[in-house]
Amino acid sequence: METQYTPVADYALLVTLADDISDDVHKAIVAFDQAITHAMPLGVIEVVPALVNLLVSFDPVVTDHIQLEAELRKLHSNAQHKDDQPTKRVVKVCYESPFDFDLDAVAKACNLSADAVINAHLAGDYKVLMYGFVPGYAYLGGVDASIQVPRKLAAVRDIPAGCVMVAGTQCLVTTLKMPTGWSIIGRSPTQILLNDPERPFLFDVGDEVSFERISLETYQQLHKASGNE
Amino acid sequence: MSDAILAVHFAGALVTLQDGGRVGHLRYGVAASGPMDKVAFAAANAALGNEPDKTAIEVSLGGLIVECKSGSVTLAIAGGDFMIEHAGAKTNGWVVLTLNEGERLSVRVGTEGSWAYIAFAGDVIADEWLGHTATHSTSGFGGGAIQTGQQIIVERADIREDREGQIEQPDFLPSGTRMRVVMGPQDKWFRSEAIEAFQNTRYSLTNNYDRMGVRLEGEHLALDAALSIPSEPIVRGSVQVSGEGIPTILLADHHTTGGYPKIATVISTDINVLVQKRSGHEIAFEAITPEAAISIARQFANDLDGYLAQVSIPRGNLQQRLMQQNLISGVVGFDD
Repeated sequence: METQYTPVADYALLVTLADDISDDVHKAIVAFDQAITHAMPLGVIEVVPALVNLLVSFDPVVTDHIQLEAELRKLHSNAQHKDDQPTKRVVKVCYESPFDFDLDAVAKACNLSADAVINAHLAGDYKVLMYGFVPGYAYLGGVDASIQVPRKLAAVRDIPAGCVMVAGTQCLVTTLKMPTGWSIIGRSPTQILLNDPERPFLFDVGDEVSFERISLETYQQLHKASGNE
Repeated sequence: MSDAILAVHFAGALVTLQDGGRVGHLRYGVAASGPMDKVAFAAANAALGNEPDKTAIEVSLGGLIVECKSGSVTLAIAGGDFMIEHAGAKTNGWVVLTLNEGERLSVRVGTEGSWAYIAFAGDVIADEWLGHTATHSTSGFGGGAIQTGQQIIVERADIREDREGQIEQPDFLPSGTRMRVVMGPQDKWFRSEAIEAFQNTRYSLTNNYDRMGVRLEGEHLALDAALSIPSEPIVRGSVQVSGEGIPTILLADHHTTGGYPKIATVISTDINVLVQKRSGHEIAFEAITPEAAISIARQFANDLDGYLAQVSIPRGNLQQRLMQQNLISGVVGFDD
C-alpha cells in the first residue's frame, strides 16, 4: 500500500506503511525510524516505531502536519534498507517450577511435551518489533509455529516482573507487575529496565534476541546478584 | 534557608509528585506522565518564580492534609476550585501563602475541579526515574504517591513574602462542555451513525477516571465490521473505542500502544479543561481540521506564555504593598 500520513490532534503524524505485519514491513519501519531520528526535522519531538506504523510527534509552534509530512516524504524516499547486522541480545530464562505457570497448558494445547515446547521456544529467531503498553514491554516477533497459542479468554492479574510469556507469534518478558492474558512459560533474571537515562532499556527496536536456558539454581544466584530479593 | 519538614496527616488516593513530565521515551513504552492539568501546574510554579517544570504535588479529589513540623516555606496552590484551610483560616484556591512551623494546611475537594497543584519555594526531595520525578502511576516509578504518615522534605525552603496573595486565574482556556478533536486515525472504520453520535450527542465522564484515562458514558460507537488492527501508538488525548463501543480518553499515564480503534484525538489545549471535569459532567465533541488545531495550539502557547509571565511578577513585600495601598487610598481621598 501507499504510505499514509494521518494527522493526530495538534502535535503528531501517524505514518502507516502497511495493513499487516511482515518482516519486510518491520525492516522498512526500522529504516524509516533511523532516517527520521538521524535527520530530526525541525520541530520533531520523538519517533515511536510500532508494528505497521510510526508516530512522529512535533511542537506545533515550530512546525505543522503539512510541513512535516513533506519533510518525512523526502526522508522516506531516501531511506535505505541498511544491511547492517542487527544487534544481538541474549535473555536468560528458567523454565522450571515455580516459574512455568502455563508450560503444561501450552504443551497440551500444542500436542507436545513440555520439553518440546521449551526447545521450540529456545529455537525461535526473535526480533524486537516494538515497545508498548507499559515501560519496557518489548514485543518480540518470531515464536515458532509449533507453539503459537491464542491469548487466554480472561486476563490474569498481578503477573510479576521477569515472566517470559507467549501469545500467537509474539513473546514478551515482563518488566512490571501487570495483568496479562498471555501464557507464562518461564522466568528471566535478565534486566530490561536499566535505569540509565542514556540507555534506559536493554533493547532497541530491530534488535535480534535469543533465549538461553538456565537452571533454577543459576536463576536464583543471578536474581540475588541483581539486587532483586 | 534551611529545610522545611511537612508531616502528611492525610493523603487521598492518587496524590503524587509530578514534574513537567518525562517526554521522549514513548518508544520504550513510557508515557510522559507529568501534571494532568499542565496550565495549573505551570501557574503554581510561576507564582513562586520557579522554573516551569519544577517538582510539585498533584492533589487529587482525595485531598491532602499536612502539618509543618519544622522550618517555614512559601508555597503556591493552583488548579480547579479546591477548599484551602491554612492555620485554621479558610481561603480560596489559587493562592500563595507561607506555611510556618506548627501550622496545618488542608487542600480538599471544593465546588469544581479534579486536580490541584502545590508548588514550593524550595526543592522537594523526590526520587527520579529517567531524569524526572514525574510519577507514572501504573508502575509507581518517579517521585511516587504521597502516603498518609510520610514526611515531605523541602530543601532550601524559602520565605517569599513578596509573592503571597491570590494568583490570577487563566482566562484563555475554553469554558463549557465543548471538547475539540481531530478525527481519526481510525474514524473511517466506524459506522456513519457512530460518527454522527460522536459529534452530535453528549458524553459524560464516568467514575472510571484516573491518571491513565477516563471512560465515557453515552451512545455506543459501532464499527462497520469487526476490526483487527495491529497494535499502534497511542497518545494523550486518544479517544479509543472498546469492542462494546464504549469510548475512553487516554490521559497522562496512558498505555503507549493498543489495538483498539481510535475515533478521534482531543487537542492538547482542551485536555487541560477535560481533566478538571468530574464524573457525571458532560462533554460535547467538536471535530476541527488539523489546520485549525495547529492555530489553536499556537494561540494557546502565546496566551500561556503571556499569562505565566504576568503571574510570575512578585507583588513586593508587605511594606511595599502597604505603600501601594496608601498611595491608592490617597488618590481616592484626593478625589473625594
